[in-house]
Amino acid sequence: MSKIISLVCGIIFGIGLTVSQMIDPEKVLGFLNIFGDWDPSLAFVMFGALIISSPFFHLFKNNKKPIFAKNFNYTTNKKINKKLIIGSSLFGAGWGLAGLCPGPAIASLALLNINSAVFVVTMFVGFYSAKLSEPTTQAR
Amino acid sequence: MNIINFTPVPAFLGGALIGLAVVLFFVFNGRLIGISGIVSNFLTSKNNRFDNFLFIVGLIIAPTLYKFFTSQEINILISNSFFLLSVAGLLVGVGTRIGGGCTSGHGISGMGRFSLRSIIATITFMIVGILTVLVKSLV
Repeated sequence: MSKIISLVCGIIFGIGLTVSQMIDPEKVLGFLNIFGDWDPSLAFVMFGALIISSPFFHLFKNNKKPIFAKNFNYTTNKKINKKLIIGSSLFGAGWGLAGLCPGPAIASLALLNINSAVFVVTMFVGFYSAKLSEPTTQAR
Repeated sequence: MNIINFTPVPAFLGGALIGLAVVLFFVFNGRLIGISGIVSNFLTSKNNRFDNFLFIVGLIIAPTLYKFFTSQEINILISNSFFLLSVAGLLVGVGTRIGGGCTSGHGISGMGRFSLRSIIATITFMIVGILTVLVKSLV
């Protein structure tokens, strides 16, 4: 069952990116362009996602186990350190350069856009390099 | 500052769908959705590999399903050179792994749990993203 949930969640997530137009880097760059022609839409995407997800996290956080898995499996890392700031800054720079982050980049592969393929391949190289340089990098 | 292209309703509805996916994945599978985590783990780790694979398949077929059922075109515009896209891809790949998450992992799953670590990460990548766009518009 967890396999079906994984597939369905990927589909719902991807449709969410499509409906909200976050799959289009121009929308994302418009959001980051606060000092120019600003498109606040992305803030509403986050607001919509948080208003749905947040209550459930708090309702279910004391549950012993999820419905189709043996146990909850997510990071309990609370460290606020240089790694967090440096990593997030590098990500922010790449995000601002192209307007693409991992979700929309992967979802847009189906549109057979050569540009997003170039981004995704180099992003994979980035994943591997980070993994090789530090095998204990915590996944989230 | 001028406000342009603002589409609050589809943005909110799409966001709600993203939130729904996060909830289902959490309640049923016990995991948090972070795309950078799911994709990089699929590539580099055997844990939950088939689950991660199926999630990615879902993510890739979603726009096509949407197009099929609504017969609406999905237009995206990527107006950067291959060089710039490659630099951006590398930065996003390395940065999300060092920082432990991206827009979804920190921005939605982490912030939804009120994780201070994720709130700080999100503020950081938003500020750097905004500054990058500002610098790009000046050069």
